[in-house]
Amino acid sequence: MSGKRSTFLLTMLVFGFAFLYVPILLVIIYSFNEGKLVTVWSGFSFKWYVSLFSNDGMIDAAWNSLRIGVMSATLALAIGTPAGLVMSRFGRFKSRTLFSGMVAAPLVMPEVITGLSLLLLFVTLEQLVGWPAGRGVTTIVIAHTTFCAAYVAVVVQSRLTGMDTSVEEAAMDLGAKPAKIFFVITLPMILPALMAGWLLSFTLSLDDLVIASFVAGPGSTTLPMKVFSSVRLGVSPEINALATLIILAVTILILISSLLILRSEKMRSRTIDPATIDD
Amino acid sequence: MSQGALQQAHEDVHKTQPWNNPDTVPFIRFENVTKKFGDFYAVDDVSLDIYRHELFALLGGSGCGKTTLLRMLAGFEEPTSGKIFIDGVDMAGVPPYERPTNMMFQSYALFPHMSVEQNVAFGLHQDGLPKSEIRTLVSDMLALVQMSKFATRKPHQLSGGQRQRVALARSLVKNPKVLLLDEPLGALDKKLREQTQFELVNIQEKVGTTFVMVTHDQEEAMTMASRISVMNDGVIKQTGTPFELYEYPNSRFTANFVGQVNLIEGVLVDDDEKYAIIRSDDADCDIYIDHAVQGHQGMTFWIAIRPERVRLITEKPEDTKYNCLSGKVEEIGYLGGLSTYHVRLDSGIRIKVTEPNSTRQIEPRYTWDDRVWATWESGAASVLSQ
Repeated sequence: MSGKRSTFLLTMLVFGFAFLYVPILLVIIYSFNEGKLVTVWSGFSFKWYVSLFSNDGMIDAAWNSLRIGVMSATLALAIGTPAGLVMSRFGRFKSRTLFSGMVAAPLVMPEVITGLSLLLLFVTLEQLVGWPAGRGVTTIVIAHTTFCAAYVAVVVQSRLTGMDTSVEEAAMDLGAKPAKIFFVITLPMILPALMAGWLLSFTLSLDDLVIASFVAGPGSTTLPMKVFSSVRLGVSPEINALATLIILAVTILILISSLLILRSEKMRSRTIDPATIDD
Repeated sequence: MSQGALQQAHEDVHKTQPWNNPDTVPFIRFENVTKKFGDFYAVDDVSLDIYRHELFALLGGSGCGKTTLLRMLAGFEEPTSGKIFIDGVDMAGVPPYERPTNMMFQSYALFPHMSVEQNVAFGLHQDGLPKSEIRTLVSDMLALVQMSKFATRKPHQLSGGQRQRVALARSLVKNPKVLLLDEPLGALDKKLREQTQFELVNIQEKVGTTFVMVTHDQEEAMTMASRISVMNDGVIKQTGTPFELYEYPNSRFTANFVGQVNLIEGVLVDDDEKYAIIRSDDADCDIYIDHAVQGHQGMTFWIAIRPERVRLITEKPEDTKYNCLSGKVEEIGYLGGLSTYHVRLDSGIRIKVTEPNSTRQIEPRYTWDDRVWATWESGAASVLSQ
């Protein structure tokens, strides 16, 4: 009976994996296709990779996306961390519910609305104070920071809520002032959450098409925008090559972070040599 | 006894029992301290003096206010009203990082990202001591708690007992005026706890610091403390040495909380300078007390008798007028060193009796449903009015 069940489970497993990964596999395979038609195999070749790297528009867009990703993830961290800290450590204060609701709102706000409202804000600001002058990388970074900060705040809050507050009290008891406690005790302890928040923000920023389309200007085309516009004119095998590279990069990143997590888990659960315990 | 010897005896008592010397200035003083959380009184008008070099225990169940009292001493909570003095200094508005106290937390609260050494050195670094001095102090302290071997380990690589030692070392190394311990042994298993109790007392005697600890375990408090405050509902019910609390409880609550007790409710019927007699519906004889009782005839009292002060006899005594309750053995708990018996009295209530098994018996002394008479010395019982 158990043999039967495992056959069923195995089928489901294969089916599930196929559902998830066959499309990706196809993209990878066709990125090495020689022909110009995306769906007809006509021989192995690296030619689309070569052509991708000589496509200046695509390279510029990728560079823009990376810059925007790094900047908005970093800014989101700087804004989201204090917000998460307030939500988990300030106890009850007036309008706390309102505050946490407003912090979390960008998570559920439709992107079109976020994009449109930010566009209106930037236009108004430009008319009133002259900054940000025009739309470009700066406006995209600001836009991405607003919604990424919400993610960081939530991640940091959940980490802090799970943390024993007496550790911070102990530091205060031993003579450390609140500001010092934050940098010497709290920050190192929530470092994994901060890293996760940063990576998440970076990924979200890299991924975003809708909001960026609203607030981008000339010369600040991001990779998703570039891909989207070129796909509209017909799918080029270059896009397959690009997708394959992105998949490669993502796989490597996930591998590294999993290894890091695994190592810290191992360190935590490492059994103590019984011979050295004296009690 | 000569006049000089008497004088000497008095001085010794005053040295070892500063609370009995009216001239001693208390080291820690709570003056009508109240702490409210919303409408809830966590601590309700507590006044308490603790003396230098004491190992003082706050004993009570969960939610009795003992931890709040300790946290107010550490500065994590400010009293709603009342004053706290440490070594004569009013602590109002003094933040935890400027108080002459250090605390050992129930969860130990070790810094997970620092080694044992760094944990212990943390407090000294905050004081800006020179590096060489910090190194000496830390290694001395680790030697005191026998953790030198583990100096470079991280907290997650230590056992529970080892973490407890690190936490103790970390809070002691700054040489605080007062060391606060929140359930210091609560996270250890029973065997280790008993062993650690004496270790902690030895360390306290060695360093001479004033210890204030919070515990819910009356045995732990009795073993370790010089004096104990029994707390309930934010109020101190009684303060005294373990001996005083056990032998002379002032209320049913203390009698019940510290050790086990049989309580018999009755009314004062005869009252003299040398004795008192109490009559109870729950007892088929009158209860004779060998001292005068503060109260008038007709007043309700409770007789508190410890289970080990009751004697069981299997033959009806000749004189059953006073302090002699007849009943049947209902439950027997044989614990090896001693046995506990639950005796159902003819009046319906049940009393608990413990007897040491000091000699080897061929067979158990009593069995179920044996008819027994429970008696006690007239001085063995306490009379409680509340």
